[in-house]
Amino acid sequence: MAILLTACGEGPWNSPYPAGAASGRTLFASFSERPKHLDPARAYSSDEFRIIGQVYEPPLQYHYLQRPYALEPLTAGVLPTVRYLDRDLKVLPDDAPEAAIAYSEYAIHLKPGIRFQPHPAFVRDSEGAYRYHALTDEQLASIARLDDFGERATREVTAEDYAHQIKRLAHPQLHSPIAELMKTYIVGFRELADVLKRDLDARGPRAVLDLRDYALEGVQVMDGQHYRVRLHGKYPQFRFWLAMPFFAPMPWEAERFYSQPGLVAKNITLDWYPVGTGAYQLIENNPNRRIVLGRNPYFHDEFYPTEGEPGDRESGLLVNAGNRLPFIDRVVLALEKETIPYWNKFLQGYYDSSGLASDNFDQAVQFSAQGNAELTREMLAQGISLETAVAASSYYMGFNLLDPVIGGLDERHCKLRQALSIALDYEEFITIFMNGRGIPAQGMVPPGIFGHLDGLRGINPYVYDWVGNAPRRKSIEAARQRLAEAGYPRGVDAVTGKPLVLYLDITARGPDDKSLLNWYRKQFDKLGIQLVLRATDYNQFQQKMANGNAQIFQWGWNADYPDPENFFFLLYGPNRKAGLGGENAANYQSERFDRLFERMRNMDDGPARLEVIQQLQEIVRHDAPWIFGYHPKSFALHHAWFRNLKPNLMANNDLKYQLIEPAQRVARQREWNRPRVWPLLVGLILFFAALVPAWHGYRRRQRASAL
Amino acid sequence: MIPTLFWTDGLFFLVLAMAGALVLVMRRREHFRRPWRTVSRSTPAMVSLVVIAVYLAVGIVDSVHFFPRADAAGSAAGANEPISLLDHWLGGLRTRTEKTYSEPFAAYAYAKEHLPTADGGQRWDYPRLTYGGAHLVDPESERVRDIAVTGVRGAGQGGLMWLIAAAGIAALIARSRREPIGRVVHRVARGQTPLPWRAMLLTLLLLCVGGGAIAEWSAHYHVFGTDKVGADVLYQTIKSIRTGLLIGTLTTFVTLPLALVLGLAAGYFRGWADDLIQYLYTTLNSIPHVLLIAAAILLTQVYMAKHEEAFASLALRADLRLLFLCLILGLTNWTGLCRLLRAETLKLRELEYVQAARALGVRDHGILLRHILPNVFHIVLISVVLDFSGLVLAEAVLSYINIGVDPTTESWGNMINSARLELAREPPVWWSLAAAFVFMFTLVLAANLFADAVRDALDPRRAE
Amino acid sequence: MSAYLIRRLLYAVPLLLGVNILTFLLFFVVNTPDDMARMQLGQKRVGPEAIRDWKHERGYDLPLLWNEGAEGTAQVTETIFYQKSVGLFLFRFGRSDQGRDIGADIRTRMWPSLAIATPSLVLGVAVNVSLALLVVLFRLTYLEFWGMALCVALMSVSSLFYIIGGQYLFGKLLQLVPISGYDGGRDAWRFLILPLTISVISGIGSGVRWYRTLFLDEVEKDYVRTARAKGLGELRVLFTHVLRNALIPILTGIVVLLPLLFTGSLLNESFFAIPGLGSYTIDAIQQQDFAIVRSMVYLGSTLYILGLLLTDISYTLVDPRVRLH
Repeated sequence: MAILLTACGEGPWNSPYPAGAASGRTLFASFSERPKHLDPARAYSSDEFRIIGQVYEPPLQYHYLQRPYALEPLTAGVLPTVRYLDRDLKVLPDDAPEAAIAYSEYAIHLKPGIRFQPHPAFVRDSEGAYRYHALTDEQLASIARLDDFGERATREVTAEDYAHQIKRLAHPQLHSPIAELMKTYIVGFRELADVLKRDLDARGPRAVLDLRDYALEGVQVMDGQHYRVRLHGKYPQFRFWLAMPFFAPMPWEAERFYSQPGLVAKNITLDWYPVGTGAYQLIENNPNRRIVLGRNPYFHDEFYPTEGEPGDRESGLLVNAGNRLPFIDRVVLALEKETIPYWNKFLQGYYDSSGLASDNFDQAVQFSAQGNAELTREMLAQGISLETAVAASSYYMGFNLLDPVIGGLDERHCKLRQALSIALDYEEFITIFMNGRGIPAQGMVPPGIFGHLDGLRGINPYVYDWVGNAPRRKSIEAARQRLAEAGYPRGVDAVTGKPLVLYLDITARGPDDKSLLNWYRKQFDKLGIQLVLRATDYNQFQQKMANGNAQIFQWGWNADYPDPENFFFLLYGPNRKAGLGGENAANYQSERFDRLFERMRNMDDGPARLEVIQQLQEIVRHDAPWIFGYHPKSFALHHAWFRNLKPNLMANNDLKYQLIEPAQRVARQREWNRPRVWPLLVGLILFFAALVPAWHGYRRRQRASAL
Repeated sequence: MIPTLFWTDGLFFLVLAMAGALVLVMRRREHFRRPWRTVSRSTPAMVSLVVIAVYLAVGIVDSVHFFPRADAAGSAAGANEPISLLDHWLGGLRTRTEKTYSEPFAAYAYAKEHLPTADGGQRWDYPRLTYGGAHLVDPESERVRDIAVTGVRGAGQGGLMWLIAAAGIAALIARSRREPIGRVVHRVARGQTPLPWRAMLLTLLLLCVGGGAIAEWSAHYHVFGTDKVGADVLYQTIKSIRTGLLIGTLTTFVTLPLALVLGLAAGYFRGWADDLIQYLYTTLNSIPHVLLIAAAILLTQVYMAKHEEAFASLALRADLRLLFLCLILGLTNWTGLCRLLRAETLKLRELEYVQAARALGVRDHGILLRHILPNVFHIVLISVVLDFSGLVLAEAVLSYINIGVDPTTESWGNMINSARLELAREPPVWWSLAAAFVFMFTLVLAANLFADAVRDALDPRRAE
Repeated sequence: MSAYLIRRLLYAVPLLLGVNILTFLLFFVVNTPDDMARMQLGQKRVGPEAIRDWKHERGYDLPLLWNEGAEGTAQVTETIFYQKSVGLFLFRFGRSDQGRDIGADIRTRMWPSLAIATPSLVLGVAVNVSLALLVVLFRLTYLEFWGMALCVALMSVSSLFYIIGGQYLFGKLLQLVPISGYDGGRDAWRFLILPLTISVISGIGSGVRWYRTLFLDEVEKDYVRTARAKGLGELRVLFTHVLRNALIPILTGIVVLLPLLFTGSLLNESFFAIPGLGSYTIDAIQQQDFAIVRSMVYLGSTLYILGLLLTDISYTLVDPRVRLH
C-alpha cells in the first residue's frame, strides 16, 4: 500500500497514460476494431479512412466548415477542369449533348513543393542507390518495426505518383474495392487489369510486378505537376472520387521497399505503414493496442479556413482563421472494445471526445420541449459539448423482389409492401433503439444531399399523411386495408385460407439483438402476419443475398460522396445483387426507373435534376422495394479543451483543423480523479478484526493441548 | 391447446426418469443406501436439496410446451410459437411490458420523456408506467404502504401454503414411523429427527413466504424492474432456470455413455484399446475447449442455415442450439471422468474376485456389468454432481463470447451479457445483473453444497 | 530418462496430427473459403470476381484433401489441407486471412499474456496457500466454518460478476486504477493491478478448498502427530512439516499450468483490453479468422502436451521414488 501511495504521487492514479502525457498537445481517442487496411487502394470503411485520411492527400478535399458540402483543392492548385471529347477525341463545348460525349477528361494541376513524409524508402546512399531497397538478412535481423530503420528521407511529389496510385487500383492482388467501378469509367483500366492478371498468372502468385513498366491509357502525365484522367462518357461524380484516398499519390519507392519478403514476414507492409503527404504520419501501428500518429515535419503550407457557415463565428469555429495547420502534435488512438470502460474514461477526462452509445445516452442527453437534443446538467457542469449531424446514410428493410410472395412489381404485391411500410413504425424504432438519434426516411435521399426535400413535398404519400405541420404515419387500419387489397385480409391468404408467413433474414450477433427481433415480430403481428426470423451469421447472410434467396432483410448504405446518384444506384437494375454481384440488394428492376436514373446521374444540380429526382422518388415509393427506415443522426461529445470541432461527414482529414488546450485538460483530469482509499482500509481492518477472536481461540486450544 | 415436445423437453424428462429409476434401484441395495443415508443426515445438503427441488419444479413446469389456441382476434403470432405451462401461468408477467427500463417496484419510468400537459403543452418528466404501480392514484404517497401491505398479504398466503405442506409432511412421517402426529411435530420442532426436517421445513417456509410475497407483488409491480425494451426481469430470470438446469443435466447424455464405455474398456482390456482411447482423450483434451465449442456452435449455425425449412420456428431453432450446446459441452467434458474410470478399472481388474470370475469363465461383458460397473458407479455419481455447477457457470461465459445459447433463449448468461453495459448508465441499471446474480448464485451454491456432501459420503477415501 | 523423453516426444506427433486434422475438418466445414473471402473483403462493392481472386491468391481454390487434377505427390500436396496444415508442425503459422503474419503477432502478443498470467498464478497460489494454512491453523474454530462457507459462496459466483463488479468498484467508484488498457514497460503494473486482483479473488474459492484438503490430509498423518507430541508449536508443525510435504502436489499442480500461461486468459484480456493471446483468440473467433484460430488451437495443444511432459519430469525431481521408464 505504501509503495502504491508513493508511486502515484504525481498524477491521478487511474490515468491510463504515462505521467505527463496529458500536458502535451496530444489528442487521446480510441478505436474499437483494428482497421483492416491502411493501403489507400484498399481501405474503404470509415474507421480506416479516419486514419489514412490524415496521412494520404488526394487532389481535392471537402471544405471543413461550409455546408452543403463543397469541394476545394487540397494538393491540386485549383479545382480540376473538365473537357468533353467526342469519339474522335475532338474537344466538345461544355454544353454538348450527352449522347455526343464519348470521353471526358479531367486535368489536374498540382501545387508545387509538396513533399512526402520522412520514410526509409526514400533514403539513398552517396551513389544514389536506394539504401533499404535490397535488405540483407543481417540488416533485417535488427528490425522489428519501421522505427528501427536509422535513416529517413523525403522527396517531392510528382504527377507520376498520382498516376502510379491509379494503376495500383487495377492491381489484381490489391483487390481494390473500387476496381470494378473504375473499369467501367477510366479508359484503359480494364485492359491494364487484364494484363496485370495475365502476367501474375504467368509468373506465379508471389511475383512482384513493377507498375512503372505498365501503361494506363486513360491517365497521362503531362509534366511533373500536371496529369489528366480520361473517362468513358460523362461521369460528373468522378470529382468526388478525387477527394478520396483512393486517388492519393503513391511513391513507387514505397511499393518497392515494402515488397521485400523479409519485411512482409515482420508485418511491415504498405497495408500497415502508410507513406503519405498529409499533416500526420503514422508513427506506431500496433493494432492490438494503439495507433499513434505524429506530425509530418514536411507538411506543406495549409491554413485554417477563413470563412464558414453562418453561425460558425459565433460558436468560436473561426478563432483560428488563417492559422497554419495542424494544431495537434500527436494523436494516440487506443484500442477500446467495451463501451463501459470507454465511456467512463471519457467522463474521467482521459478521452477528449466520445461517440454516444445508446447505453449512456440518457446520462448525457435530454430532449428539450421542442424536441432538440441538449446535454444534461451533469454534462454541462463538466464543460462537455455536444455536436449532432444527420449522417449521409440510409438504413432500410429491403424486400427481395425475386421472391414469389413478397416480390413482383404488379399492383397487388406493391400494395402488400406498402402495407408493411406503414406497419413498421420506425418512429417507435428510433425512440426505443436509437434514443431518438435518427429521422424516419421519406425516400431514398437523406437530408443534406441534393434532391432531399423538407415539408409536405418531401413526404412519402404512401406511408405518411401531412397533418398540421408534420408528417404522420398512416394508421394501422390503412395498412390493413392495403393488405386486404393485396389479397391477404387480416393476414390470411384469401385464396388458400392459409396465414401469411414472411421471413426476415437477419444477422443476429448476440443477446443485444433479442429485443430488436421481438420488436420486428410485434410490427408484423399488427397486420396479423407471422414473421419468421432466420438469424444467421454474417457469412451465411451474405451468401443468401448473393444467391437472391433472402426474402426480407435489413441493410444500410453509407454515402461515398454527397450526390443523389450514390443512393439511387442502389436500385438500378443492372446493379442487381443476385447473379450480377452489384449493390442492388433488393434485386429491383424497373425499366422506367432505370431510364430516369440514367438521365439523372449525369445531370448537373439544378431544378431539372430535382424534378427527375422527385419522379424517381415517386416510383420507388409506390413500388416500395424498400421500407425506408431511417437516417441516423450522429452525436458526438467532447470536452471543453477540445476545440474547432465541427462534424463533417464527408471530410476524413478533419484532424488537422482541431485543437487541444493541454493546461485545462491537466487541471480537469486532476479535479475529476481523486482516488478514494478509505473503503480499502476499512476492508483491511475488518479482515484483521475477524482474525483476533480466532487467534484467541487458537491460543486457548494450544494451551489446552499443552496441558 | 396442442401439446408439443421439444427435443430438450423430451431429453430432460428422460434424464429425470432415469434419475428416478436409479434412485429406486439404489434404494434396494444396502451398500448404496449407506452413503446416501449420510447425505440425508447432512443439514446443508438437505437444505440445498429443497432449493434444488424448487428450481427443478420450475424447470419441469417450463418444459411442458404447447401451442396456445389462437384467440378470438385471430392474432397469428401466438399460434406459431409454442409456450410452456410456466409461460401460461406467468402470462401476466410475460405480456406486461413497459416501454423501457424501470426500477424494481417503480411506478415511474427510468428515463424522462415528453409528456403532454393538461394545457396542451409538453413537459419533460418521468412518465408513469403502463403496468407497474398502475393501480395507484398517487404513487408518491401510497406506494410504500401498498408494497408493504401486498407483501404481507402475499407472505401470509405463502405461509398458509407452507402450513398445509408442513402438516402433510408431518402426517407422512407419522404414518411411516407409526407415531402419533403430536410427537412428530414436537420432535421436528426441536430438531430431533434423523433427517434435518426442521432445517428443511424452515427453508421451505422461507421460500414459500418469499415466493408468496413476490407472486403477490408481481401482479402490480415489476419486482426486479424491467429491461431495455420493458420486459419484466423477474420473468426472464425465472425462465432462465430451465436453461441452467438443462445445461447442467443434458450434458450427461454425452458424457456418461462415452466416459463409461471408453473408460471401462480402456481400463479392462488394456493393450491397443487402451492406447487408442488414451490417444482419443488426450487429443480432445489438448484442444482448448473454448475453441472446440466455438467451432461446433458455428457448425450448427451453418447446418441450420442450410436446412432452414426444418427449423421453421424461432423457438425450435433456439431449442436445437441449446441441445447442441449441451452435447458439445458433453463432448469436451467426458475426458476427465473417462480418465478416472480407466484408472479405477485398472485397479479393480486385478482384484481377486474379478480374477476369480475370469478364471471361472465369466464373459468379459458379464464381469464389466456385474463386478466392475457397480464398483465404479460412485465415481460417476460424484463427477456428475460436481460438474453440474461448473456447467451452469460455463454457460454465462460462453454466452459472453457469443458461442453460448441462442440470443433469443432466456438464460443468465444472456442476461448478464446484455446487462453488463447497463452499469455504466447514470444512475446505474443494476437490477438485471442483480436478478441474474441472485438466482444463479442460489442454484450454484445449492448445487455446490449438495455436491460436497455427496462426495464426502460416496468417496471411500473421504468417508471415515 | 532420456529414452523416456524421446518416447514421449514421439508420442506427441500423432497427437498433434490428430489435433490438426480435427480442427481442419471442423473449421473448413464451418467456414468455406467463400465465406472467408466475403468476411475479409468488406461490405461495400464486393463482386464475385473479387472473391475468386482472393481465394486464388491465398490458395483457397485448391481441393480440400485430394487433388484429382494433379499428378504424383502433388495430389496430396496441392491441397488446402497440406498447404495450410503442414506448416503448423514447424510452427510456421502463415498469414491470417487479413494478411498479417501470425507468427509475428503471436510473438508480440505473448508478452502481455505472460505479464498478466504469471503474476496471477504466483500470487494466486501464494494467497490461496496462505489462506488455506490460516484455515488449517484455526481449524475447529468459527473461522474455519465461515471461511469454508465463504469459499463455497465465492466459488458459486460467475467469473463475469467478478470482472464487472471489480471494474465498477475500483475503476469507477473508487478511481484507484485505470478501468482498462495496457502499456508495456514500467507503466504496465498500473494496468495489471485490477485484472490481477480480480483473477486472484475469483480463484480463492476453489483454490483455498483444494489446498485445505491437501493440508488436512497431511495434518492427520502420523509424522505430524509425532512432531506435535514432541512439543513443537502448531505454527512450526504447519510450516516445516505440513507445508513441505504438501509441496509435491502443489508443485506438480502448477507445473501442468506453466505452458498454458502463454495462451492467456480469454475473459480477463478481452474485458481489460490487454493485447495478449487470449484476446487475440477471441477476436479471431468473432471475426471468423480461422487461420488464427487454427494456429492458436495448435499452439494450445502443443503447450498442453508440453505441460503433461513437464509434470512427469517434475514428479521425478521432487520425489526420487518415482522412476520413469
